Amino acid sequence: MIELRGIHKAFGENRVLQGVDLDIPRGESLVVIGGSGTGKSVMLKCILGLVAPDAGVITVDGQEAGKGDRDAFLARFGMLFQGGALFDSLHVWENVAFRLLRGTLKRPREEAREIAIDKLRRVGLKPQVADLYPAELSGGMQKRVGLARAIAAEPEIIFFDEPTTGLDPIMAGVINDLIREIVVEMGATAMTITHDMTSVRAIADKVAMLHDGVIQWTGPVAELDTSGDPYVDQFVHGRAEGPIEAVR
Amino acid sequence: MSLQSLTAAALAGTGRPVLIWLASVGRITLFFARTLGHMVRPPFYPREFLQSLIGIGYLSLPVVGLTALFTGGALALQIFAGGSRFNAEAVVPQIVAIGMVRELGPVLVGLMIAARVTSSIAAEIATMKVTEQIDALVTLSTHPVKYLVVPRVLAALITVPLLVAVGDIIGIFGGYLVGTLRLGFNPATYLQSTVNFLEFWDIASSLIKGAAFGGIAALMGCFYGMNSARGAQGVGRATKASVVAAAVLILAANFLLTQAFFSV
Ligand SMILES: Nc1ncnc2c1ncn2[C@@H]1O[C@H](COP(=O)(O)OP(=O)(O)O)[C@@H](O)[C@H]1O
Ligand SMILES: [Mg+2]
Repeated sequence: MIELRGIHKAFGENRVLQGVDLDIPRGESLVVIGGSGTGKSVMLKCILGLVAPDAGVITVDGQEAGKGDRDAFLARFGMLFQGGALFDSLHVWENVAFRLLRGTLKRPREEAREIAIDKLRRVGLKPQVADLYPAELSGGMQKRVGLARAIAAEPEIIFFDEPTTGLDPIMAGVINDLIREIVVEMGATAMTITHDMTSVRAIADKVAMLHDGVIQWTGPVAELDTSGDPYVDQFVHGRAEGPIEAVR
Repeated sequence: MSLQSLTAAALAGTGRPVLIWLASVGRITLFFARTLGHMVRPPFYPREFLQSLIGIGYLSLPVVGLTALFTGGALALQIFAGGSRFNAEAVVPQIVAIGMVRELGPVLVGLMIAARVTSSIAAEIATMKVTEQIDALVTLSTHPVKYLVVPRVLAALITVPLLVAVGDIIGIFGGYLVGTLRLGFNPATYLQSTVNFLEFWDIASSLIKGAAFGGIAALMGCFYGMNSARGAQGVGRATKASVVAAAVLILAANFLLTQAFFSV
């Protein structure tokens, strides 16, 4: 469904992506692993058109990303940002219902609020949270609000950028289960970025490892421990010694 | 070092900043043109526009009022003292009126807006940029220029002339207070002199300046905010640069507009 071919992206001297090839079939949950600063977020942003690649082609359902109707293209996606990226001037429910309050999906405020509260409940938050501001929430609650916003308009494709980073293990477990459930329930195509191996095992159908600007290895999650790839082995076992330099 | 290489180094030293400056003038012009383009094309965001009207216009009233009041009062004292050197104390009402309406009203309001509004717009948008909120807007099918820039620039274009009008009136009132309470002017004659003296273009130029300065202030806040570098330092730099640019541009625009309206 989503295809990346030869994606290159550099920021000045910093050559982040150097020919990424990746396929995500419809309805599958792909998890991308890799050290921090290897360009995982940049790759996601390239697909969404937030960052323009220097070279390479990205297609979604055979149609080249960035060509054609941009609103219709973006309407198919939901994204959970690494830092949550909640709008701090808006109430929690207005964040969740953002798409439903303006633009082509606009509907009455009361109705949008109902949907927002429903989505909040879906991610395990009480209706009282709806009228708070994002700054009044804990990190885990903010992540869940971000999750609720990402799924509010029932997108076909959902991106999760480090959904569990900075959370305690229990909250991380809750988020992992939620993501898995939502993906299965909505039948969505999902791409998750993480360096948390528990997340990988909980969320992934397929795993891809990004290193040195290219996809080093890709395969089903069941083969993660027997991949035979030294990069993957080092990452999975969190060893300081190996082909991946610890000093970056 | 030879004279030649010294000259080359000096030229490079001045040439670079000039080039960088020219490039940002170009980018600001482009940004302005894009904002105008988005202003006339839907979707529009009335809720955000209303919030900007209140934040930029209404909430600036106290600071504008105080600035104008003190300046008008000080102006009256100075004109009285200066005028008395050649027996022209009587011109206080007229000169206070023309000084406030043509120059000090718009310039001081413009600078206060640069301090109060430009800085807050730049800091807010820059923070949104570095916390990926701008990216989030895009993924939620909302154009950041339409949603963030257009409401603020439009609100400033509309409210700052009104603020200038208020500032003009309060400034004249400050002069009136000092004139009647301290300098012995007759209240009725003071007002009469003011009203009789001011002409249509004095007031029109004041409001036009207000619109221009308001537009500059909001646009600079938005431009530097949207182009903020990453991290807290990026936000700090963007805020500083926006206020400096707004203040300098307002003073430069004031000179050009005064030249256009009143040079004979
Ligand atoms: N907008 C940007 N400008 C300059 N450099 C960037 C930008 N975005 C990301 N980078 C750089 O690209 C590299 C990869 O970043 P990122 O994709 O965020 O890493 P991660 O894999 O941890 O998500 C980093 O070195 C980062 O500094
Ligand atoms: Mg990242």
